[in-house]
Amino acid sequence: MTIMQRYSALSLLRHALGSHRGWAPAWQSPPLRDRYQAIIVGAGGHGLAAAYYLAKEHGLTDVAVLEAGWLGGGNVARNTVTIRSNYMRDESIPFYVKSVAMFDGLTRDLNFNMMHSKRTMVDVLQTWGMVRDRRRRKLIMDIYGSTYEDIPVAELRRRVPALTGGGPDSRLPILGAAVHTDAAVNRHDAVAWGYARAASAMGVAIHQQTPVTRLLRGPDGAIEGVETPRGTVRAKTVALAVSGHTTTLTETAGLRLPLRTINLTAFVSEPVKPVVDVIVNCPDLGVYLSQSDKGELVIGGATDLGQSFRRDIKQSVFEDTVSALLELFPAFARLKLMRQWGGHLDMAHDASPIVSMTDIPGLIVSAGWWGGYKAIPAGGAGLAHLIATGRPDPLVAPFGLNRFRNLDYVVETGTTTAR
Amino acid sequence: MLLIDCPFCGPRNESEFSFGGPALTPRPSDPAAVSDADWVDWLTVPPNPMGLVEERWWHARGCGSWLTICRHTVTHEITEVRLGR
Repeated sequence: MTIMQRYSALSLLRHALGSHRGWAPAWQSPPLRDRYQAIIVGAGGHGLAAAYYLAKEHGLTDVAVLEAGWLGGGNVARNTVTIRSNYMRDESIPFYVKSVAMFDGLTRDLNFNMMHSKRTMVDVLQTWGMVRDRRRRKLIMDIYGSTYEDIPVAELRRRVPALTGGGPDSRLPILGAAVHTDAAVNRHDAVAWGYARAASAMGVAIHQQTPVTRLLRGPDGAIEGVETPRGTVRAKTVALAVSGHTTTLTETAGLRLPLRTINLTAFVSEPVKPVVDVIVNCPDLGVYLSQSDKGELVIGGATDLGQSFRRDIKQSVFEDTVSALLELFPAFARLKLMRQWGGHLDMAHDASPIVSMTDIPGLIVSAGWWGGYKAIPAGGAGLAHLIATGRPDPLVAPFGLNRFRNLDYVVETGTTTAR
Repeated sequence: MLLIDCPFCGPRNESEFSFGGPALTPRPSDPAAVSDADWVDWLTVPPNPMGLVEERWWHARGCGSWLTICRHTVTHEITEVRLGR
């Protein structure tokens, strides 16, 4: 166990006097042992959060987090950092309300500046079906204390002056808008680094460049460990938080899961002066955007529907997203686009996440996260609870694999991508 | 962008097609003989390889036919296109 070097304005000042040569590494890189009490595969948001809450809430620190690439390089870096709780189902809303609340306190909790910006999300509604859908969602969300309110078109245009399209003569005139004040954005690297630093300080071992190639089962069928190019690592409990590669790994142990891997992409513009200070979501057109602190517009669109393990953007998805964007924000036609990225995510049969024990004793999966970024704190805490106790905590209990067996789906339409 | 070689129209852009989901294995012919677990499996668990998958595409803005294509999930390479199932 090491003492975590606290970050504060004072420590910044003190280290400035020493020309910033005295900073300790944010997390340790201990040698890889051949046995741990628990292994978490995947040092993304969910894996690192689970490691942190395992150590903090359950006192379990004999944990290895194995990461194929580098910290903050997976899907935790391949998203649009949108944090919100405007969901539809009784099972989902309390979970995401909790996650948003945990995100709100994360900077203090981890002593790491998340650059958390509680900037609200505005849904631009252009069909009566969508207007009815949002009114219905508002009524359901009211029960759980999540915020959603209607605003008229004039108020929408006052809040988002760059939104000059969607007038009465356009293909899809804007009919109204819904405002979700709980929504926020933050810095994705800080989430990965903050959790890693805090978990490492409590004794969790994070191993980068350690891809898991195979799951190992003992003679009794229970999980025994994992195989990596750096050698075999054994543990009685193995938790997978590997997004699109969940089935790739479980199938090495003979376990098939109701998941399909799909590619979801986003892209950013060149940095410009502040132009949009909320997250704008246009569900009818299939585009959403926010402006980062650097000034880049972060733009996301619909998914590529067929299965895909790619990490780039498909030209047809890109063109559809851009044309949708320009219908509402014609001035953005002059923006240059700087970067695009994609992540492969796995979607469960009912589009809701899976945090569950499996048919293989000792093997736990956290998968099916669509918009998993906003779920990192609560999903990580739920996964940690499952690893430590073997039982799901009440917030993630509805997301067990048993729901497929019992045909008791959580058909969630609140994900951006489940349209 | 996929280029799908429609048997009637020749190679056409993906934008002319609508995605119709994964091509499921044939429905069990004797439902009574299938266990509950196998039914759920047939309904909810698709093959998800880093390799070839079969999927259905509808040439909605073309000849209107339903096609089954065999496509690689990493390279997008299409190895087979056939009419119907």
